[in-house]
Amino acid sequence: MAGIEVTALHKRYPDGTVAVDHVDLSIDDGELFVMLGPSGCGKTTTLRAIAGLERQTTGDIRIGDTLVNDLPPAERDIAMVFQFYALYPHLKTRDNLAFPLRAEGLPKAEVRERVAEAARLMRLGPLLDRRPRQLSGGEQQRVALARALVRRPRAFLMDEPLTNLDAELRADMRTEIKHLQGELGATMVYVTHDQVEAMSLGHRIAILNKGRVEQIGTPLEVYDRPASLFCAAFIGSPPMNLIEVEVADGKLRGQGGLALTPPPGLPRDRRLVAGVRPEALEVTEPGAKHSVPARVVSVEWLGDEIIYVIDHSGQRDVRVRMPPTVRFAADAAVGLRHTGKTPVVYDVSTEELVA
Amino acid sequence: MAVSVDEAVSTGPTRERTPPTRRLGGRGRSVLEIALLTVLAVVMLFPVLWMIETSIKENRDVYAVPAQFFGFSVTIDHFKDVFVAPGGGRSDLSVAFLNSAVVAGVSTVLATVLGVPAAWAYSRFAVKAKKDQLFFILSTRFMPPVVVVIPIFLMYRQVGLIDSKLGLILIYTAFNAPFTIWMMKGFVDEVPAEYEDAAMLDGYTRLQAFWRHTLPLLVPGIAATAVFALIFSWNEFVFAIFLTSSDSVRTAPPAIAGLIGGTTTDWGLVAAASVVFALPVLVFAYLVRKHLIAGVTLGAVRR
Repeated sequence: MAGIEVTALHKRYPDGTVAVDHVDLSIDDGELFVMLGPSGCGKTTTLRAIAGLERQTTGDIRIGDTLVNDLPPAERDIAMVFQFYALYPHLKTRDNLAFPLRAEGLPKAEVRERVAEAARLMRLGPLLDRRPRQLSGGEQQRVALARALVRRPRAFLMDEPLTNLDAELRADMRTEIKHLQGELGATMVYVTHDQVEAMSLGHRIAILNKGRVEQIGTPLEVYDRPASLFCAAFIGSPPMNLIEVEVADGKLRGQGGLALTPPPGLPRDRRLVAGVRPEALEVTEPGAKHSVPARVVSVEWLGDEIIYVIDHSGQRDVRVRMPPTVRFAADAAVGLRHTGKTPVVYDVSTEELVA
Repeated sequence: MAVSVDEAVSTGPTRERTPPTRRLGGRGRSVLEIALLTVLAVVMLFPVLWMIETSIKENRDVYAVPAQFFGFSVTIDHFKDVFVAPGGGRSDLSVAFLNSAVVAGVSTVLATVLGVPAAWAYSRFAVKAKKDQLFFILSTRFMPPVVVVIPIFLMYRQVGLIDSKLGLILIYTAFNAPFTIWMMKGFVDEVPAEYEDAAMLDGYTRLQAFWRHTLPLLVPGIAATAVFALIFSWNEFVFAIFLTSSDSVRTAPPAIAGLIGGTTTDWGLVAAASVVFALPVLVFAYLVRKHLIAGVTLGAVRR
């Protein structure tokens, strides 16, 4: 296994589209690194550049100590798992697994041994003599994973491998991938647009937007302190509430007087926005202590929790996560107060975290 | 690597088709349907039937008034005349058929060999102004071919391609290539690029990946496209009659048309020549019918 170093990656297509503007990544040996972002953010292009399937316009890629810029995909010693599995349709599972090994020219006995080992790891025993179209989506994806395993590559690249599976299977496969990665101590770069996948799988997450890295951090860092307004709006479901605030007599005050604890070191004379997670707010009886008057716009009953959409002095989309025991009807007059820790604060003009 | 095409294009288990509920009374409607279809079949098939019948009639039955539907004497003289000249040796028509086979065959192969890789490239790679290029390629098919026949004639006269099989092959290839590119691009789009990506990671070059993984999956599409290209070249009349003049170069359509006119027309010979002309395409289409159907329905199923 090996780490992966991406430096100043830039990819511009002949038609002028810039898929990756500037990306620096440093992926550790044995790390499960997730690239997360909306479609078109450049995460897949970055991954394909690491694989060698796209040639970057400028920038360097190192796998281990090797500069791989000019190496074809086959010589980079990496394996990739695709969204559409890409199992060869005319080959049985057994031969699909053996294919990359035979392409390498390994002796037959070793091919058989490695295929058996990968099949055991991914529990493919009964499927070895079937062809891809006789397999379910989940089974196909397990075969695809096994085909990546047999190579014993220096790193695994995963391009939205679970997107085509149904929700239940996706959760199972997530566990499976995480377990596998831990067991093998494999370096894994995992691309997804699904934040749940990113949060639950990644040791670290890189959030990409418009061909640039917005933030790199552990799932908790990314959740607690989004580095930019984009990250704040992208991570979390429902996402962070972004409330325009100003500093007044030692407090952060939103429109309508909602009071928040100010973080230290706030800049003056700038328009600021506070990011407040839905669970850091509380819906109360009207007139409760420290609360400001508000109105319930709508209520989403999710069973284990309730999401209130609150109208607070003209801002109609404040979302509050409450336990299912606290019930207010839609259109009820209520109070709103901040109960969480110090909020994160962003500069409106630069869209970046200031405190 | 031997790849079974049937497997690659398998459409999965065939679904039982339940008949749509009928709004009109079932029986009355189906009688009406059958009647209309019968009329249509007669109208469509009568000329074909008459052509076949004329080709095997004795001359005196061909010209009989009133026309003889049944009870004529059968002969294969007309077919013999198609291939054998009156004084023995090869007839002009048989040469024309050979020319047609060469011209249609070579131009189809050329259009396919040029068009399939082009379609692959347009499907897989980011090409500068790709949409404009594709539109330009398609635009060459907007006008009826006859529009350009005069300029082509003048150009061909300059470069000495008039009255040559090469000239016809080139012009048919030029007309078939855009069609091949567009039709094949649809087929290539349907084959996930991930197969090639995976093969490249497994140690193949891009071209090897195309050759070993994508191309076998494209065979049904290529067959369907080639049949259409072949039919176009085989049937083409306008360029053939304008650009060729000698019997040794002339293809079958103008040669058969040339039989009509003069003082008398040997309708038996015309009919027999037409039957011979129609057969190869029918046979070819029949041989590749599975691919044709697969080719036409590929893309109807979401992967």
